[in-house]
Amino acid sequence: MSTNKVIHALYNDDDVLMDAVKTVKEANHHIEEVFTPFPVHGLDKLLGLPHTRLAICAFIYGLCGLSFAIWMTNYMMIEDWPQDIGGKPNFAWVYNMPAFVPIMFELTVFFAAHLMVITFYMRSRLWPFKEAENPDPRTTDDIFLMEIPVEDNEEELTALLNTTNAVEIKVIEKH
Amino acid sequence: MSSHYEAPIREPLVLGEKSYHDITMDIVKPIEGKANKNWYIAFGIALTAFLWGVGCILYTIGTGIGVWGLNKNIGWAWDITNFVWWVGIGHAGTLISAVLLLFRQKWRMAINRSAEAMTIFAVFQAGLFPLIHMGRPWNGYWVLPIPNQFGSLWVNFNSPLLWDVFAISTYLSVSLVFWWTGLLPDFAMIRDRAVKPFQKKIYALLSFGWSGRAKDWQRFEEVSLVLAGLATPLVLSVHTIVSMDFATSINPGWHSTIFPPYFVAGAIFSGFAMVQTLLGIMRKVSNLENYITRLHVEYMNIVIIVTGGIVAVAYASEFFIAWYTGSPYENYTYMSVGAATGPYGWAFWSLILFNIAIPQLLWITKVRRSFIWSFIISIAINIGMWFERFDIIAIVLSKGHLPSTWTRFEPTFVDVGVFVGTIGFFFVLFLLYARTFPVIAQAEVKTIMKSSGEHYKQLRDGKNEH
Repeated sequence: MSTNKVIHALYNDDDVLMDAVKTVKEANHHIEEVFTPFPVHGLDKLLGLPHTRLAICAFIYGLCGLSFAIWMTNYMMIEDWPQDIGGKPNFAWVYNMPAFVPIMFELTVFFAAHLMVITFYMRSRLWPFKEAENPDPRTTDDIFLMEIPVEDNEEELTALLNTTNAVEIKVIEKH
Repeated sequence: MSSHYEAPIREPLVLGEKSYHDITMDIVKPIEGKANKNWYIAFGIALTAFLWGVGCILYTIGTGIGVWGLNKNIGWAWDITNFVWWVGIGHAGTLISAVLLLFRQKWRMAINRSAEAMTIFAVFQAGLFPLIHMGRPWNGYWVLPIPNQFGSLWVNFNSPLLWDVFAISTYLSVSLVFWWTGLLPDFAMIRDRAVKPFQKKIYALLSFGWSGRAKDWQRFEEVSLVLAGLATPLVLSVHTIVSMDFATSINPGWHSTIFPPYFVAGAIFSGFAMVQTLLGIMRKVSNLENYITRLHVEYMNIVIIVTGGIVAVAYASEFFIAWYTGSPYENYTYMSVGAATGPYGWAFWSLILFNIAIPQLLWITKVRRSFIWSFIISIAINIGMWFERFDIIAIVLSKGHLPSTWTRFEPTFVDVGVFVGTIGFFFVLFLLYARTFPVIAQAEVKTIMKSSGEHYKQLRDGKNEH
């Protein structure tokens, strides 16, 4: 197995790319990666990518934010330094709770949004000074690139890809 | 092509015969090209205004709040007026990027980037005012719930002013990450095209190494959707809480339960007006006529009519209720016969003229679809919404319970200077943005090309006829 060899098939249209992905999948080849300049709808399903769980993360983060807000308002306003402000009851958190609803809401959103985005950046390896990994600079403009690992089937793959209207087919040695 | 179907009756959102690469070229043109003379003139004016504002702010901080026109009765006037005005302007950006995303409105894609930029820059200006009004801005961190040297005297979570701190900072930071996440693929596009090494480095840094893998896009879309879901109640909460600064007080004229929805509608009203103002200029200057079309202008004007209508109904009910109470005090609130005929009558009638009368012109299709009329009307609304806040604050405070304390607010040159300075600061930021940022979410626009691009629609409709 010459595992470092990959084929890059380049397309200039999203519909052509989708058909090509279908063809390659039907021929039972593994597609390592697809780079696109914009989200192509249905591509993730076609590639068999599992659904992202970021929304579930956001929900859990939101619950953390809500719990933090409850803890914070209770500690600061009820336990640590209770004060009579405008005659609002300060001996039990529940009685003072209506005044804390805006804080609870804002912190829920704050935690959910920021922690979800941070999770996304970590999972997709996005941060300042991170080197981009798209193999061709045109893939952020108008070129769609499919990367297929070669396992002693270079000719067969090239022949198959030639039938998919690719604008360019390159065999590349990955290091 | 069937998956890109859109009813032929829908007008195209992108004009001309454009390929994906053409879109790239149109968006990078202002960034890779050189600024023209008009840009430098506009930037010079904005910078001068900004520096004048900085001078006035320094004078205020050095000498004290006394340099403003405030007095014993009117303890806040232009500062809080400007604060609410700027926060309100910010609302359109989040509405366009979040609410319209949830409603799957494709037309938002041409304007969301600039509208979000406007939001962020406007909230910067808004945030300045409470900070300056503290008088000692270096103590600004006292609004945060952090352990301190005063025996841990905590902030007051019962106070709407503190809710504001939490609402505005959540709003600003969430809008910022929403904006930035959407910018990553577009920064990556500029990075991959850049030839100058310095430019390449900068955009590589800004793009966080975005590569555009299928999995990245899947997560990107999920994050956008969830952020939109979070930002929608957030944007409604922000101006609700701003209105509570007034509504939870016990001052007649302010103590009004319709304030939250009425303020939110007003905020969206003024925000869309500012988007019209900015994009009216930008589509010309940056040659975006094919992306920001008459249809976009019309849709925005429809939002303006709806929210303007809500605001007008709110004014009417405030006016009616003030009269209906029979309380003489209510005759001096901002929406009353007393206000219309009193010393602030000019401010009252400015509000009616700019906010209610002039926007009614938008019922006429020709006006609604006209770039120049939309621009003029949007300026009128910007002025009208400023007067709304000024009226609510200054008119109500000028007539207290004790007639012998009745007074007026006269702004000093410092009040004016700080306000003009924030307008300058806003335009400095926006002009810099227009030269260095991808002003249209090009990756998103490319996704709707086949369904809503003029050329593709013609091709498809031609085919359907045979």
